Amino acid sequence: MNNSPYFRKPTSIQVIMFKVLVALLPAVAAYVWLLGAGILVNVALASITALAGEAAMLKVRGRPITPFLSDGSALVTAWLIALTFPPLSPWWLTVAGTLFAVVVVKQLYGGLGQNPFNPAMAAFAVMIVAFPALMSQWPSVGHPLDFSAQLKLILGGLRELDAITGATPLDALRTGLRESGHPVTITSVMNGNPAFGMAGGKGWELIVLGYLLGGLWLWQQKVITWHIPLAFLAVLGAIAGIFHLASPEHFASPLFHLASGGAMLGAFFILTDPISSATTPRGKLVFAAGAALLTWIIRSFGAYPDGVAFSVLLMNILVPLIDMYTQPPIFGHKEGGQKQ
Amino acid sequence: MNLFKFNGGVKPDYHKDESVSDPIAKAPLPSQLVIPLHQSIGGIPHPLVRPGQKVLKGERIGAADGNVSSAVHASTSGKVIAVEPRLMPHPSGLSALCVVIEPDGEERWIEKGRLDVNSTPPDVLRDFLRDAGVVGLGGAVFPSHLKLKAGKSGGLEALIINGAECEPYITCDDLLMREQAETIVKGAATMQTMLTAKTVLIGIEDNKPEAFEAMKAAVAKLAEKTMEVVMVPTRYPAGGAKQLIRVLTGKEVPHGTRSTDYGVQCFNVATALSIYRALEYGEPLISRIVTVTGNVGRARNYEVLLGTPVSELVALADPRPDTNRLIMGGPMMGFTLPGNTPVVKATNCIIAGSPKLFPEPPPEMPCIRCGSCSRACPHDLQPFELYWFSRSKNFGKAQEYFLFDCIECGCCSYVCPSNIPLVDYFRFAKSEIWAREKDKDAADSARVRFEFRTEREEREKAEKAARLAAKTAAALEAAAKAQAAAPAPGEAAAPAADPAAEAKKALIAAALEKARAQKEQVHPANTEHLTPAQEAQVNEAEARRAQAARLAETAGKTTDGT
Amino acid sequence: MLTALIVMSGIALVLGGLLGWASVKFKVEGDPLVDQIDAILPQTQCGQCGFPGCKPYATAIAKGEADINCCPPGGEEGIRKLADLLGREFKALSAEHGVEKPKQVALIIEDTCIGCTLCLQACPVDAIIGAAKQMHTVVAPLCTGCELCVPPCPVNCIVMKTVDESVDNWKWKYPVVEIRKAS
Repeated sequence: MNNSPYFRKPTSIQVIMFKVLVALLPAVAAYVWLLGAGILVNVALASITALAGEAAMLKVRGRPITPFLSDGSALVTAWLIALTFPPLSPWWLTVAGTLFAVVVVKQLYGGLGQNPFNPAMAAFAVMIVAFPALMSQWPSVGHPLDFSAQLKLILGGLRELDAITGATPLDALRTGLRESGHPVTITSVMNGNPAFGMAGGKGWELIVLGYLLGGLWLWQQKVITWHIPLAFLAVLGAIAGIFHLASPEHFASPLFHLASGGAMLGAFFILTDPISSATTPRGKLVFAAGAALLTWIIRSFGAYPDGVAFSVLLMNILVPLIDMYTQPPIFGHKEGGQKQ
Repeated sequence: MNLFKFNGGVKPDYHKDESVSDPIAKAPLPSQLVIPLHQSIGGIPHPLVRPGQKVLKGERIGAADGNVSSAVHASTSGKVIAVEPRLMPHPSGLSALCVVIEPDGEERWIEKGRLDVNSTPPDVLRDFLRDAGVVGLGGAVFPSHLKLKAGKSGGLEALIINGAECEPYITCDDLLMREQAETIVKGAATMQTMLTAKTVLIGIEDNKPEAFEAMKAAVAKLAEKTMEVVMVPTRYPAGGAKQLIRVLTGKEVPHGTRSTDYGVQCFNVATALSIYRALEYGEPLISRIVTVTGNVGRARNYEVLLGTPVSELVALADPRPDTNRLIMGGPMMGFTLPGNTPVVKATNCIIAGSPKLFPEPPPEMPCIRCGSCSRACPHDLQPFELYWFSRSKNFGKAQEYFLFDCIECGCCSYVCPSNIPLVDYFRFAKSEIWAREKDKDAADSARVRFEFRTEREEREKAEKAARLAAKTAAALEAAAKAQAAAPAPGEAAAPAADPAAEAKKALIAAALEKARAQKEQVHPANTEHLTPAQEAQVNEAEARRAQAARLAETAGKTTDGT
Repeated sequence: MLTALIVMSGIALVLGGLLGWASVKFKVEGDPLVDQIDAILPQTQCGQCGFPGCKPYATAIAKGEADINCCPPGGEEGIRKLADLLGREFKALSAEHGVEKPKQVALIIEDTCIGCTLCLQACPVDAIIGAAKQMHTVVAPLCTGCELCVPPCPVNCIVMKTVDESVDNWKWKYPVVEIRKAS
């Protein structure tokens, strides 16, 4: 018989993970609206791969399969991979990435709760290093191909990519700014490029809005706390703002940074992964601020178009250290005790 | 009044309505009373009665062991039929010494001696309360007399009377406040005098409006100007002493310190009542209010004599057939009774549990570090970190993360989405650390004692050697003197040639003499009070022994001669 | 080539010097090894290890004259701690020195005791009180359970009693982790 407490709050990992999946739905809907239903194929592929990989690994490790498979954590990883990989990536890229995330990053480290790195981001980082070209081909927004053509692209071998894909706005800006030969400015890069919209990339604003909505709902549901998203977005905006003010023609605006790439997704869904992120309130602030700083640096000076994945992984390494030094003061031991 | 907040806490289902509809009833006299001697924190009281002895109601049957202890009393008059180990209301399911009394049904009281609070010195009052067995009735059963001492800085700022009663299901304090508000207030006033506290704050959770009104009316009626009844927000564990102190005064009392050093002290409402009863009427603590609730037909509060078997108590409330366990205390911090144990001073509530009411928790999943537990912890701890350390038996690290500040309120286990029994890990780690510290202390004391013994033995050896040396020197000197004093011309040469050998001889002779004297002194031990016949026998035997000795001597001489 | 060699050896010299200086400057004055070992030993002073007490055994271990698995009262946990401290491999308790037993205390059967004081002299921690021709008794909280008082007793009135679990020394058990096997 168990010991006290004898009753428990009706909550479970399953509920938490399910809420995260629900919170991703607005963004997925925006994806479908803007880029066509191809993304759904990727989501399905990643989900099936993740569940199969997880089940196989649980079997090998001699762990109970049902409770761990039904906890929903593999699905969250799968969805995040599907949403961070280019929507029309070939099927094997998604499958390989998902398998790497689930088998290597999660299960080989001991399964749920034991992985020091965010599985989805580790998979993204490995794949972008291994297949840089494929990982940078994003479809242009607003003129989705019909579904059968998308399916052919995902499942078939032939890839006439240049016709249908382009670079993301971040990528376009980076390559634009670094074209050798003549001095360029942001305005000159942006002018005449249809990829740039009002805030970030054209059309991407809607997806980012979807992430924001879902994230706020998660916060309202108390699945995540305000610390990480707010600190990440505020610090990213602040650094971008300072440099943008100093040199508007060489550094993109804060709005552009916040509304582009994985900033919003990272702030609400990736950095907030409880397993691989800092847990103390102050630690969360430090963790998110560090990730924001690294993201901006990688975006502005690095070789890769987006920096969220790498900055998340780098900050994951620091989590134990951050947690150790940011232990909150406990009851009765606060500074300046009230002793008479 | 300005209230403060404590962090964390949870809001479980309270289930308090079930047991508040009826007033407190007096439980009937049970067939047998099993009164454990150890019912409070501190030393185990010594039994004062023997089987077969008649006792009166309120008679002391266990004397406090030292000052950190509390006496126990016979709850009714009757005959002591046994003083033996009986099953204790303790999670271990072990037994301890109990006094078993068969009631005679007469309920005859001992002579009650009351004390006047104002004219009696505080030390005497405290000893009186110790011998009246008054302990904290909120569940911690800490001897009250130890808490009724003003802190280092003198008088207290606030005396806090805890009527919060935050645990689900329990309503004994609620009903007590509704029915005995005036006595509680009088008790609080007595304690205020003893502690010289400036104010008294009575904290009651806002889910008990009737109790609040009753207490308020009592305070107004008795015109206690420095007393205030305060409604505090309902949030478990608002009734924890440290939490209530924080809510009412904003002060945080750290673990391992005395709250009097912070100018506050906290007592349960039922304790206030029993202090008043002890001092004013001379009635020791022999009964308490117990909520009987849960999977029963008629949940209700009873005034129960201490020592009443729980089975007889629960039977009053008509338990349903699917009842599979009895829980003592609340569902958050209580424990499952190991069998038919007696009601003790700590028993504030008995909950009949059923698989439906308290289902077995789902299987434990891995910790996902979601931090729900640290947000729920009222002491701002990081339960999941403590869990890692306790689980891996890394006790040093667990202590570094303030394991011992944990009050085992159960909030972390309650909110954990992975169903981890966090508090179980903390209880395990704490008792393991205590056991190790005890072993370590025992080993350290053994080392000190061993070293002291070794040193003492060496010192004794050295002293003995020194004594011997001194003796030898003295003997030598004596021999030399003797020689000088009696210079016999003929014999002078030989001893003078070897004074050392002569001294040695003298020493040996002395030793032989001593041994002989000792031998003679030894008599058989059984030579006293003998009948004349026996004496004659003994004398005869002695004579024979002497004869034999003489014969042996002669024989030896003859042998030498040949 | 030569430059590289010079640079490397230069660096090696500087770093080596630095390390040497640091080891002198920041030397940690720890407990002497014997005391650290002695702190792990259970202090029963029972002599089952073949040394006249815990300290002599600790000294012998520190000198490398004795193995770490000769202390039955310390048990497996004690050996593990010693192995950790000394960086040696764990070894099972050596059978010739005895077996690990639950904690015991000596008890003098008072009806039989003749007051010979032999046990008093045998007790290494002065846990027995009494005088010649007076009944002796063991101060239970001080007794280490070393059994040294048992053999000298001429009337065999000393028995070793296992310390029973009581409400006061009972410990919460390690929570059982439920793992359902893969079906």
